[in-house]
Amino acid sequence: MTLDADWAERWIRRTADAVADRRDELTALDREIGDGDHGENLVRGFRAVVAKLDARRSEADGSVGSPRLVGDVLKLTATTLMSTVGGASGPLYGTAFLRAAKVTGHEAIDTRTIVAMLESALDGITARGKAEPGEKTMVDAWTPAVEAAERAAGEGDEADALRAAAAAADAGATATIPLVATKGRASYLGERSAGHEDPGARSTALLLAAAVSALDEETV
Amino acid sequence: MTVSIVLVSHSAAMARGLAELAGQMAPDVTLVPVGGLPDGGLGSALDDVTAALRRAAAAASDVVVLADLGSSVLTVDSALELDDELASVAVLAPGPFVEGAVAAAVAAHGGSDVHGVVTAVRDAGRTFARAAGGASLEAADEDAGPGAAGVPADENGSVTTTATLRNPLGLHARPAALVSRKVAELGASVLVDGVDASSVLQLMALGATQGRELTITVSGRDAAGAAEVLAEMIGSGFGEV
Repeated sequence: MTLDADWAERWIRRTADAVADRRDELTALDREIGDGDHGENLVRGFRAVVAKLDARRSEADGSVGSPRLVGDVLKLTATTLMSTVGGASGPLYGTAFLRAAKVTGHEAIDTRTIVAMLESALDGITARGKAEPGEKTMVDAWTPAVEAAERAAGEGDEADALRAAAAAADAGATATIPLVATKGRASYLGERSAGHEDPGARSTALLLAAAVSALDEETV
Repeated sequence: MTVSIVLVSHSAAMARGLAELAGQMAPDVTLVPVGGLPDGGLGSALDDVTAALRRAAAAASDVVVLADLGSSVLTVDSALELDDELASVAVLAPGPFVEGAVAAAVAAHGGSDVHGVVTAVRDAGRTFARAAGGASLEAADEDAGPGAAGVPADENGSVTTTATLRNPLGLHARPAALVSRKVAELGASVLVDGVDASSVLQLMALGATQGRELTITVSGRDAAGAAEVLAEMIGSGFGEV
């Protein structure tokens, strides 16, 4: 398995599919504790990224282009999300992909780079949103994901690191249910935010699950 | 103008309305409203925010940005991270959106530099908090006591005079802005009923109505002249009588 630009494209396309499939669930979560637009916003954002990937692919047809870099796909994703998502998840995921793009300017990335990519993404989200673990935000999915990837990278390969990250993000999202939000729109609800899963943590779990599913070239 | 202002809201209508409101008090300041999604929905779009920042940057040497909630703030941060040139001239000023924009516009109109405008936005938050605890504000007024009209007051060369509000609506937004702009123009340090008269918000927070006698204390160069100008301005009813 090579983690190259094709993998990155599959990752983004499958994320677009995943958020479209789960749009209602994300929107319902956000309606409980936010402004109810998270599902809609992510569907619009990732659809726009897919449209750009399609356009770039048809332009590239028949020409011998320069080597395709993982970071190029991630940077295109970043700037498109920032311009089209509309909600806070636009600049947050946008910054995550932007920082991730900075460490993945390679044709293929290895285990160490995949960990660096996830670390950079989390750093970007933290720098932008200024949230800390335990505040009921997407950081509560990203933080355990990065820690799990770091541990898995010690003994496994890049696929193991990604799988560990996705599983930890899923558990991290579930663990936000009892938390009281102190950052983001949900914080206006105070105690009433407890009892609901954070939509940003859930979409983070979907995003990382798509990165794992993209390891498989066949399934779409 | 040294400073132009960008107002970033989730709602295009809110940004436009606020630019209209603040612009009424600061007609010479470039106020660029931006908000909402290209399809008309609520949200923040990076491209639009970047374009607004560029427009403001073309109109002044520095840009002060106010943003309403979460994604507006994050989108401004992102726009500045992606564009070094913009980042070198624009700064996001934390503070209450409406009060901060009004204070920023008036400060910019008075010729404040970027630091002064950002401070005005920050102080708008403090004024807000003081107004919420209005009792302490009134207590401070009583402590200050009425000054002796027209008499040079103390050894620091400060001058105290009084003027009676004649216009029916009292010291509302427009006259408060006129007073604070005049204070900026005079370059004097002025207290009106104990509050800093360079702050339009503090003047408005006095809640001074028609017939109230205001105590004006001026220090700095030509304090007597400045006190006279301000007393005459207030006494004239701001063209509203």
